[in-house]
Amino acid sequence: MEYVRAFLAGGLVCVIAQLLIDRGRWTPAGVASLLVVLGVILGFGGVYDRWVASVGAGAMLPLSGLGYVFAKGVMVGPPPSGLVATGGAVFRFAGALLAFMVAGSFAAALICKPKG
Amino acid sequence: MGLRTDYLREVKAFQPSPPYAANAGKAFLVGGALCALAQWLANWYGGTFATSALEAHLWASIVMAGLAIGLTAVGKYDDISQFAGAGATMLLTGLANALASAAIEHRSEGWMAGVGGQMLKAGGAAIIYGVIAAYVLGLFWP
Repeated sequence: MEYVRAFLAGGLVCVIAQLLIDRGRWTPAGVASLLVVLGVILGFGGVYDRWVASVGAGAMLPLSGLGYVFAKGVMVGPPPSGLVATGGAVFRFAGALLAFMVAGSFAAALICKPKG
Repeated sequence: MGLRTDYLREVKAFQPSPPYAANAGKAFLVGGALCALAQWLANWYGGTFATSALEAHLWASIVMAGLAIGLTAVGKYDDISQFAGAGATMLLTGLANALASAAIEHRSEGWMAGVGGQMLKAGGAAIIYGVIAAYVLGLFWP
């Protein structure tokens, strides 16, 4: 059942993004940024916590999940105060994803030659 | 009105309209299937060594990103994006694909200006606006 919910929720986000690109003439980079920023705002609003609790990976894997992870780093534990603590907290969980993707992409560039 | 709006109105009849329903359906199926796969991974990590639901989901996301980077390296992820559109690009796997394909594409320009400088060319906007939004809102939270 939770697979069905993840499938439906993830698919729904992708359909909305696709329609924004096709009908709304948004650029893909614009839609991606919109999703991430929406994830941040809804994350701080507390809505995204419930969304993740009910649909799981259907909320985490779309790019809005990356925004939620940014916000979640600030929201876990005692509230950070000041520029230093807040800046670190933004990357508390999101750093795991970003560091892996950057290092993995570098490794791919080490191994592969461009095709075509 | 001006020449520009006249032109845009005149050529509209000759431009093909994108197949909205077919594109949306393909995005729904592929995006949903990838999320269901990530849910299966998250359940597996949650049942083994992850200590919280968030950690299990982060592990699942990392594994999905790793799969996407691997598929990009062999040139297969572009085929999925071509078919599914937003169903493949608007997920974390799509962001991993954007970074990896930019890194591979620009390696002939050198490791500094090419790979280092261009890696975020396509995927950077989403990361940058996410960081700005989270940092600014985080300064005023709670």
